[in-house]
Amino acid sequence: MSTPTFDRTQSPLIFDLGQDGRANKYVEDARPMTDFLPKSLLRDELPLPDNSELDVMRHFTKLSQRTFGIDLGFYPLGSCTMKYNPRINDAMATKREFAQLHPYTPDELAQGALQVMYELERSLSSLFGMAAFSLNPSAGAHAELAALLIAKKYFKDRGETKRDKVIVPDTAHGTNPASAAMCGFKVISLPSDQRGRVSVEEIKKVLGDDTAVCMMTNPNTLGLFEDHIHEIAQAVHDAGGLMYYDGANANAIMGNVRPGDMGFDLMHLNTHKTFTIPHGGGGAGHGPVGVAAHLVDYLPTPVVRATPKSNGDINAAPSDRYTFSLDFDLPKSIGPMRSFWSNFAHAVRALAYIYANGVGGLKKVSQLAVLNANYIRVKVAEFLDTPYPEICRHEFVASAQELKKETGVKALDLAKALLDHGMMAPTMYFPLIVPECLMIEPTETESKETLDQFIGVLREIVEEAKRNPEAVMAAPVTTVVGRVDETRAARNPDLKWEPAQA
Amino acid sequence: MYTPHTEEDIRAMLDAIGVGSLEELLKVPDAVALKAPLDVVPALPEYQIARRFEHFAKKNTGVDYVSFLGAGSYRHYAPPAIGALAMRGEFLTAYTPYQAEVSQGYLQAIYEWQSYICLLTGMDIANASVYDGATALAEATIMALNANGRKKVLVSRAVDPNYRAVLKTYCDGLDVAIDELPVTAAGTTDLDALKHAVASKEYASVAVQTPNFFGNIEAFDAATASVVRESGTVPIAVVSEAISLAALATPASWGAEIVVGEAQSFGVAMAYGGPYVGFIASTKEHMRRIPGRLVGKTVDKDERTAYVLTLQAREQHIRRERATSNICTNQAHCALIATIYLALMGKTGLHDVAALNLQRSRELATAVSSVDGVDLKFTAPFFNEIVVDVHQPAANVLAKLQERGILGGVDLGPWYPELSTCILMNATELTTTGEIDALANALGEIVRVHANV
Amino acid sequence: MAQPADLLYSKEHEWVRLDGDTATIGITDYAQNSLGDIVYVELPRVGKQIDQFGNVGVVESVKAVSDLFTPIGGEILEVNAALDADPAAVNRDPYGDGWLFKVKLKDMNEKDNLLSPDDYEKIAVE
Repeated sequence: MSTPTFDRTQSPLIFDLGQDGRANKYVEDARPMTDFLPKSLLRDELPLPDNSELDVMRHFTKLSQRTFGIDLGFYPLGSCTMKYNPRINDAMATKREFAQLHPYTPDELAQGALQVMYELERSLSSLFGMAAFSLNPSAGAHAELAALLIAKKYFKDRGETKRDKVIVPDTAHGTNPASAAMCGFKVISLPSDQRGRVSVEEIKKVLGDDTAVCMMTNPNTLGLFEDHIHEIAQAVHDAGGLMYYDGANANAIMGNVRPGDMGFDLMHLNTHKTFTIPHGGGGAGHGPVGVAAHLVDYLPTPVVRATPKSNGDINAAPSDRYTFSLDFDLPKSIGPMRSFWSNFAHAVRALAYIYANGVGGLKKVSQLAVLNANYIRVKVAEFLDTPYPEICRHEFVASAQELKKETGVKALDLAKALLDHGMMAPTMYFPLIVPECLMIEPTETESKETLDQFIGVLREIVEEAKRNPEAVMAAPVTTVVGRVDETRAARNPDLKWEPAQA
Repeated sequence: MYTPHTEEDIRAMLDAIGVGSLEELLKVPDAVALKAPLDVVPALPEYQIARRFEHFAKKNTGVDYVSFLGAGSYRHYAPPAIGALAMRGEFLTAYTPYQAEVSQGYLQAIYEWQSYICLLTGMDIANASVYDGATALAEATIMALNANGRKKVLVSRAVDPNYRAVLKTYCDGLDVAIDELPVTAAGTTDLDALKHAVASKEYASVAVQTPNFFGNIEAFDAATASVVRESGTVPIAVVSEAISLAALATPASWGAEIVVGEAQSFGVAMAYGGPYVGFIASTKEHMRRIPGRLVGKTVDKDERTAYVLTLQAREQHIRRERATSNICTNQAHCALIATIYLALMGKTGLHDVAALNLQRSRELATAVSSVDGVDLKFTAPFFNEIVVDVHQPAANVLAKLQERGILGGVDLGPWYPELSTCILMNATELTTTGEIDALANALGEIVRVHANV
Repeated sequence: MAQPADLLYSKEHEWVRLDGDTATIGITDYAQNSLGDIVYVELPRVGKQIDQFGNVGVVESVKAVSDLFTPIGGEILEVNAALDADPAAVNRDPYGDGWLFKVKLKDMNEKDNLLSPDDYEKIAVE
């Protein structure tokens, strides 16, 4: 008797499809491997399924239909900046001359790629008030690590090795303390004040000659602008420390205020958030790391150098008057963060987006991102608590704490109910200091109609929670699966398909 | 661009909020307000953006050269079906699949990726991917440091120099020292030196790459692995050319505890260096230390099969400063591309690609070594790359090949001063007999001219 | 659930069962209840010396981790290996099958720093 299995017909694994003899013919036949290597060096078998191309097309098309992306609906995921991903960016990034360019192509045969990197680097430096950026790190957390390694090396070179404390507000992203720990720094968690901000008095209490870096997000993860940032930066600098800007929320500030002018020495960007690179299900990201003038020598390698052409056409665009090269020779550099120069295809996308907007357009982008967030905030405040009822930036937090007391319906339930209405859930239970937190970031690419629809749906769910809480707690009911047994997944990890035992 | 607001919308929304203007909404203290105009590229209409990038693209003339470049980034055939599937908006515009109910498709694809990596490496578990092969090695090293609490690591000098450089960047942060193992005249890691070194019981891990940076297949075997394990050192296998996994004995079969590598060869564009996709696979005993996302299979409340991100309590968003890695993103979209590639190729296609790489690289080796004044540097069995000694500065020879429209390979001198007359050359299933003949002819001319001077 | 009367407790919600110079340690019913479904317990190595109230490991539930502090110092004699396969035992039977580790005491006086069942009760109901 065979053991019954769960309903696999709903979406079989690729390993359950396929038949020997159904292989596609992409390359010609080769001679047997044993002609080239002794059998002892070769593997015994290769237990992968052979599938027809049509079966593969249907399999992954079906998987795509079981996946929610921005193209399908509103995606108000706080701190993640899920804005529209323009297709011109992908069309440019996948051009043959970019996609098929080998990283060891000599500089003189890769001038276009280097020019893209140079123009992006210069644009970011100007937009955010930094002396220079390196496009080397692969993602935000990776760039954060690079920045802290820069700080560590900088203090080491100055003989200030006892600077081993990193100050992180309690509203910070989890990557901040984790990155600090990877550099051997000790983390000091700083409580936020009543206004949801870092207070100058509190930070002064922990500053000292052991202060290395103060890591801040501005606007912070509550969506609030740290209005004492100038005094905070002053105090940290007076203590001999460096200021680090977590750029996850950079979509709120472009063309309006710059980290460099706020007093930050180091920063990172998540260009996959702010500059419309598609998230692709969680990566690949792209995380430029920027520094003020005194830290330029420590950037990860390589950096792009521009040399004026002797016979440059003075009518050409400014960057067309240079030749470009990759410079690996930075004696003080922390070294490379990854194998090759950059997530280059993403640099193409980010630059295409900057071209689509220019300075004026990017300023408008941030203004409208802030407008959208505040509009939802004032409307949502009519039926949910907003613990910080003041002008926010690109995102804000609401709390389901009172609703939970009243009805038993939690932030999680509200989020799951939104899924039944074809909308993504907001970020939940973050930042940690707000109970039953919903963190909502609409982005500027959404129309007023979409925002009104979201507000209406959320209002309806909250009203339903008061009438019939069980119905909300049962959501989602229209998705391909209902709520998932995460405890079972974690207690008995099943992390891969296993061939059937003979 | 990409903002749908009408003037009426903006007015109505400002009124609802109760502020007079967008400027008022974004007011910042004078001390930090923007003072100077910004120097950013100008706004262009979309058709002119396309022209601007066409202008850049035309300057990447290197794509039209005959190329023998490899060294960690490889040119392989990628069926167009991959792009048709991977560029679907549902995949492209999704975030990390936190909401499992509306992310079952992507979660299943990542589960399939994890399964493929386990089948290819022979290991028990694999994660949802990391940035690239080099960072995979750094993260695996941190796993080993956490496993046994030691403060030194060992790495073969035949591991990709970029990987070693990244490992050093990470180890500098952790105050961990790195010692390197020498390479023998045959072009593989000196295993006697390895066994001697681990006997000190000071090393958390030892990393060996196969095929190594020179293309040679390491002689690391189960006997060596058991010496390493008995010393309490974690053996890490590094694979930078993933196609080799279809041909060579699995790292599991010769005793690796952690296998890391780069899966760019599975359909991911070379794209001047990224994005690529690293993998980490390990034995079960390291499951709790593996960094990054993991997808597990479970059930929903009605006992239907479902997939979900699992073992999340290992990760930074929960552990914060107690996390063993800060990694947040994985390379989901590149991993998806690789998964589709493997599904399309199947065992037959992947086997044929691997066999063709063996075949073409041997044709290359035969052709160049028949040129007077050109020799193969090493004698060890190789996969699809060879080290060619031209007995004069490699940089000169490469420059002259370039004049003839050929990118002959990578100059080893900058990383290995003793190999400054050597070129690392790669051949794949896409390399033609005509290209190999052209290279051999050009080498003949260049080396002969040099000999006559 | 009432606190078992034959145990001592810490403010961090661990319990201790003393048997001569050996102590068995676990987390309280209150602690397992507030953590939710426990999926993994990271315990110290056998033979390790630990100090009273020191951090010795981690208890993981699906979406939270909490530090595990030892209520008493000494040398780790044994850890509950069965929890690897069955971490749910900590939820099911926190004072029985869900015990965490055993310690050989170094200083009997340390028990004076612990709470009686009644005193712990006052903390756990807050």
